[in-house]
Amino acid sequence: MAEKKIRAMVAKPGLDGHDRGAKIIARALRDAGMEVIYTGLRQTPEQIVNAALQEDIDVLLLSILSGAHNHLFTAIMKGLQEKDMAQVLVIGGGVIPQEDIPNLKQAGISETFGPGTSTETIIAYIKDNLPS
Amino acid sequence: MELIQEALKGSERAIARLITMVENEMPSWRETMRTIYAHTGKAYLLGFTGPTGSGKSTLVDRVAHLLCTNGYSVGIVAIDPSSPFTGGALLGDRIRMREVVTHENVFIRSLGTRGGLGGLSQATSDVIKILDAAGKEFILIETIGIGQDEVEIAQIADTSIVVSVPGLGDDIQTIKAGIMEIGEIFVVNKADREGADHVVTMIKAMLDVHPLSDAWQQPVIKTVATENGGVDELYENIMLHRKYLLKSDLLAVKRKERIGREITRLLERRIAQYVHNQMKEIGSLEDLVEEVTRRETDPYSCVDRLLPLVEKK
Repeated sequence: MAEKKIRAMVAKPGLDGHDRGAKIIARALRDAGMEVIYTGLRQTPEQIVNAALQEDIDVLLLSILSGAHNHLFTAIMKGLQEKDMAQVLVIGGGVIPQEDIPNLKQAGISETFGPGTSTETIIAYIKDNLPS
Repeated sequence: MELIQEALKGSERAIARLITMVENEMPSWRETMRTIYAHTGKAYLLGFTGPTGSGKSTLVDRVAHLLCTNGYSVGIVAIDPSSPFTGGALLGDRIRMREVVTHENVFIRSLGTRGGLGGLSQATSDVIKILDAAGKEFILIETIGIGQDEVEIAQIADTSIVVSVPGLGDDIQTIKAGIMEIGEIFVVNKADREGADHVVTMIKAMLDVHPLSDAWQQPVIKTVATENGGVDELYENIMLHRKYLLKSDLLAVKRKERIGREITRLLERRIAQYVHNQMKEIGSLEDLVEEVTRRETDPYSCVDRLLPLVEKK
């Protein structure tokens, strides 16, 4: 039996056009031996949920810098639940104010990582928190 | 198994999970494929291959979009390389697939090569079968960006499309062995760039000297995939080739050859796994390496010595 590979997806919901951070994360996860799907910029919640479903991912990393995280992250979490994908580990990244974090966690986001987080921290978090 | 039944009915979640199961060779994956196999053979398979950055993903996106518009249900299998060092992969083909994701009835799956060397991954043909059984009428397979001899796609696809772009080299490139021999349709993408006509001429000249043995005249089509230029013509030629294969019965011939190769491939794989396991039991590879390093024996004799041990009694 081949080893079960961790499949991660890095997605950029909404309208901001900055994906340098997302690409660095994608590259780091690749180097950690994961298969990383990158969806590119300006994805709607529906597109992200649909890609997550078809790619059968274990981890979803959402990067956002536009400030629309409350709306978009919540819509994505709802979509995942509707598609029977609630087991996916979802991590938020980008610029997210502290006061918004409790609500996002309430919606099902497992953790958020802000600017300056080392890629090792994120990789370790994924490996520790994936359902076995 | 319930998952298979749901996948056969077209459930995306079930299809996705079956693919994961088969790709990771999880327990009972062979039984799964046996059950699936009875439902395959209906989909038409299009292979897209060509160098890195030639625009394969964008072309796949545009052709898939046209197929959807014409009412077909479509599957896409997009392959990107896995790192031989970490096993990780960056699967980025979805970035270019922007048109087609707006349609329902399209299932896109990205695969890492996981050690496959021919431009595809080991599991590619199984993934295709799952999509076929799930009712996808056309399945588009996009290879990794290839060099010269990754021709495995031609053994898997019904129609092989070789994508080229201007600026890659002189006319010697078109007479080399390898990928230029497998194209049933040639595409010169990014045809708004300088040198496109020259590439078309070179490919046509090559085809004049080395036509396929049958009656199909391989077309050379100029496209600008990002602007949708030439995509209609490509679509029409795909349909023409399909009609040609069906009418001449060559499709059946191709598919029979594919089945033969598949049985051989599966057998070789099982034997390789068996030998690998037996070797572990014998467990003396390091000793042999030492002996060979000291030049007391040689690798060829080692194989002679090992063979009786791994052969089934």
